[in-house]
Amino acid sequence: MRTKFSLLQAVAGVALGVVALAPAQAQESVKIGLILPMTGGQASTGKQIDNAIKLYMQQNGDSVAGRKIEVILKDDAAVPDNTKRLAQELIVNDKVNFIAGFGVTPAALAAAPLATEAKIPEIVMAAGTSIITERSPYIVRTSFTLAQSSTIIGDWAVKNGIKKVATLTSDYAPGNDALKFFKEHFAAGGGEIVEEVKVPLANPDFAPFLQRMKDSKPDAMFVFVPAGQGGNFMKQYAERGLDKAGIKVIGPGDVMDDDVLNGMGDAALGTVTAHLYSAAHPSQMNKDFVAAYKKAFSNRPGFMAVSGYDGIHLIYQALKKTGGKTDGDALIEAMKGMKWESPRGPISIDPETRDIVQNIYIRKVEKVDGELYNVEFQTFEAVKDAGKTKK
Amino acid sequence: MSAVSDVSSHARRHARWRGSEIAFWILVLACGFLFPSRYLIMTEVLRLGLFALSLDLILGYAGIVSLGHAAFFGVGAYCAGLLALHGIVTEPVAALLVAGLVAAAVGFLTSFLVIRGADLTRLMVTLGIALLLEALAERFSDVTGGSDGLQGIEMQPILGLFAFDMFGKAGFFYSLVVLFVLFLLARRIVHSPFGLSLRAIRNNPLRASAIGIPINRRLIAVYTLSAFYAGIAGALSTQTMALASLDVFSFERSADLMLVLVIGGTGYLYGGLIGALVFKMLQEFFSSLTPQYWQFWIGLVLVVIVLIGRQRLHRWALWIPNLIIRQLSGRKAVIAIPEGEAP
Amino acid sequence: MRGEVGSRSDPGEGLLLKVGEAYMTTLFTILFDGVAYGMLLFVLACGLAVTLGLMNFVNLAHGAFAMTGGYVCAVLVNQSGWPFFAALPLAFVSSALIGVVLERSLYRHLYHRSHLDQVLFSVGLVFMSVAAVDYIMGSSRIFIKLPAALEGQIDFFGVGIGRYRLMIIVICGLLTAGLQLVLARTRFGSRLRAAVDDPRAASGLGINVPQVFAFTFAFGCGLAGLGGALSAEILGLDPYFPLKFMIYFLIVVTVGGSSSITGPFLASLLLGIGDVAGKYYVPKMGPFVIYTIMIVILIWRPNGLFGRTAAR
Repeated sequence: MRTKFSLLQAVAGVALGVVALAPAQAQESVKIGLILPMTGGQASTGKQIDNAIKLYMQQNGDSVAGRKIEVILKDDAAVPDNTKRLAQELIVNDKVNFIAGFGVTPAALAAAPLATEAKIPEIVMAAGTSIITERSPYIVRTSFTLAQSSTIIGDWAVKNGIKKVATLTSDYAPGNDALKFFKEHFAAGGGEIVEEVKVPLANPDFAPFLQRMKDSKPDAMFVFVPAGQGGNFMKQYAERGLDKAGIKVIGPGDVMDDDVLNGMGDAALGTVTAHLYSAAHPSQMNKDFVAAYKKAFSNRPGFMAVSGYDGIHLIYQALKKTGGKTDGDALIEAMKGMKWESPRGPISIDPETRDIVQNIYIRKVEKVDGELYNVEFQTFEAVKDAGKTKK
Repeated sequence: MSAVSDVSSHARRHARWRGSEIAFWILVLACGFLFPSRYLIMTEVLRLGLFALSLDLILGYAGIVSLGHAAFFGVGAYCAGLLALHGIVTEPVAALLVAGLVAAAVGFLTSFLVIRGADLTRLMVTLGIALLLEALAERFSDVTGGSDGLQGIEMQPILGLFAFDMFGKAGFFYSLVVLFVLFLLARRIVHSPFGLSLRAIRNNPLRASAIGIPINRRLIAVYTLSAFYAGIAGALSTQTMALASLDVFSFERSADLMLVLVIGGTGYLYGGLIGALVFKMLQEFFSSLTPQYWQFWIGLVLVVIVLIGRQRLHRWALWIPNLIIRQLSGRKAVIAIPEGEAP
Repeated sequence: MRGEVGSRSDPGEGLLLKVGEAYMTTLFTILFDGVAYGMLLFVLACGLAVTLGLMNFVNLAHGAFAMTGGYVCAVLVNQSGWPFFAALPLAFVSSALIGVVLERSLYRHLYHRSHLDQVLFSVGLVFMSVAAVDYIMGSSRIFIKLPAALEGQIDFFGVGIGRYRLMIIVICGLLTAGLQLVLARTRFGSRLRAAVDDPRAASGLGINVPQVFAFTFAFGCGLAGLGGALSAEILGLDPYFPLKFMIYFLIVVTVGGSSSITGPFLASLLLGIGDVAGKYYVPKMGPFVIYTIMIVILIWRPNGLFGRTAAR
């Protein structure tokens, strides 16, 4: 009788304990819904970001402000329909506190109304069209906008004696943004656009487009293709003899992504691009970052990896600031105006637009220790998104 | 005279509702209440099921192979999107009908190209039409939004009563009702003399024309009908997601559709619905297991399905339900999948 | 150009001449590029024409064999330091070996199954190969380091000719001629044709039909592997290769008809030239050109340009 009673007591005690613990445990974990293209043509973007986040969590632990961080990775194959459904499910079923990732602009846009409706922060780690952050007050971006680099390369081209430019851009929102801002600044400085070609996003063969470029005999060609297509582009650029014809490649740095740069061959030498990050950025922090990334994934980090790295850093810092509270509005407030040192250099979140403010570097492709790198030679400090500062 | 009555009695016997069919629909409806947190994926299954049903109409009943059925899905999707975006027809049900009719019109016009030629030719012509439409949508990006898709669609409440919610509840029941209504229609049609004549054409076109069936006219009619169904499926997709992108025309969509229907089995209308369920569940399961490499496992499942043989798999899958029914009512095998001999 | 016009005595005629000349050189360059592209497509797709036309098997996984060859070549050249021309035959051999293993173990059970089963099966194989290559090699596009002799262009009477493309035309041209000879003139060619026309009668005559089929299948896969290695430079090589180019292969085979290899060959050239010219002259309408040509040809000749008139 007595033993039975104690047994009952013990069971009750354990049960009580479990009941008491359960809500505490549920309280503890902060969930991040990470939606990235892990398959399909944009898969390399997704993998870089995923890798960088894994690296960051290895280095900084998987808990912040006393709460465990849990990342739920989903593959949308860069198709906005999928993004929307996955974001919706993550919010409704998994009750995530952040949605993050977004490899392409349409994907980021598709999730925007959901972020607004659910009042949770959407951290854009890749997509680069200006309008994205205007679509919801809950969007914060840690990647870049194409306006940032395109305006600067436009100004640079005018100042460095480039008069006639032919443009080749991918026909989707970021490509059109890049073209628009480059044209504005280049034309304002007195430059002339002699040929304008938009190539479809999914495009196996650049040769005929390059032939058009060559026939229009420009001083340089302005190129935007999404990260990943750059390698193929440069190969055909060299094959067509555009380098021999003295037509230089300029543009935002997507075409010279560190991820594929080293495989491009010597034709890429001397290409000048404006961008936010180079794996050759000469800071100690970046050297450590590149070394750690290379060690973990045996590949060089590109600008997508850095955007992911900074994105998760932003989430950590925001949680620290709110003391682990996951209220969407409080988190967004915490993120606004945040400043930190990233592997790419000093960056901050613009308190008004929630867009990233960062240095843009002009770089030239050179050989360093037998490998191709974008070597920075000029810095424009704290560049805001020209797409919004205008208005 | 006697032949006619034979045919009609045969048709009527086959058209009778079976217990298993009623059970199927009750089960589907029950899902809506059992899994309130999975509305979105279930809506996707319903949509894919409707889309597969439309392919079944031409593949399973008329023997037309199509690798470009996404063409009509896409037309419907963009149509519904544009109607809502520009406020032309704001009521979803009406917009759904308009989108379906536009898709049907496109189907009617292209049917003349499709009914010529043998399997492989049809496969490629349909594929070509879908690719052409995709290129068109990309070319006129000022209308369609190009690679960025139609953004900023806001849907009005269904019939002015039920608003679309974030959890997808309204979307699910809306899709379910549409699917059920269209399924009833399709069921009526395939069991009508028209449907029987289609099967005659599929089995032997020469004999069918010898007994006086106007082959081309029948094929055009069923192709147009199928385009209508696909268009509705597309419009449903736009309406429930408030989004349409170039992806609606993609080759992958047509190819996946083919897989779905072949997995489920052709020629008995339920194949598409079952295939959609199996395919989506596999995809969901594998991609939550490994977001990077889920395609490998899907591929493996497809290969294994073929190596084992679809018929055998269907028999295995139905073994337990049949056993139960046999135990309960003492009848012999009750559910059987009439495998339409696909070309 | 504007500057030159003023210095001439008859500006109008000079301009016209100059424009005409530029037009012609461009046209030749495009024609050349188109032919190279078409030849490449032919080598990639002709194995498919064989399996589909001769063996009546819908092998959508054909591109996977091409991808295998490409990756084998890339690994040999980039990581093991093989010379490019030594790695090319290896690309052929490895794809052919995998082809023969799969044919013996899996494909041969499916020759008599319906086309839908074959589609399901081969698409399954494609999915598996895509994910497997992604797992082993990563999803980034990879390139094969080329010898310097193949880089850049030669100037031929003002027409820029890419060395690499020239090499493709030479290799593929030789292959095509060789294939035609083998099929038409050799004992194996006649055995193959016999086995296809009437397998039962052929085996009655002592021809080992399964062996002939296995060999043909393997050879087609090998060609695809070689094509994959050659195309890495022009089309780009990544794990999605089999999915991306499946449509192109199918177009070549259906437009060309599958009763001989002449049909697919001409169809490849047509597709290559049409694609390149379309993109150059009407860049916005590029894809239309190809698909419209295909639909028109198929409506006009449902069995392909050189198909058999009677349905099988």
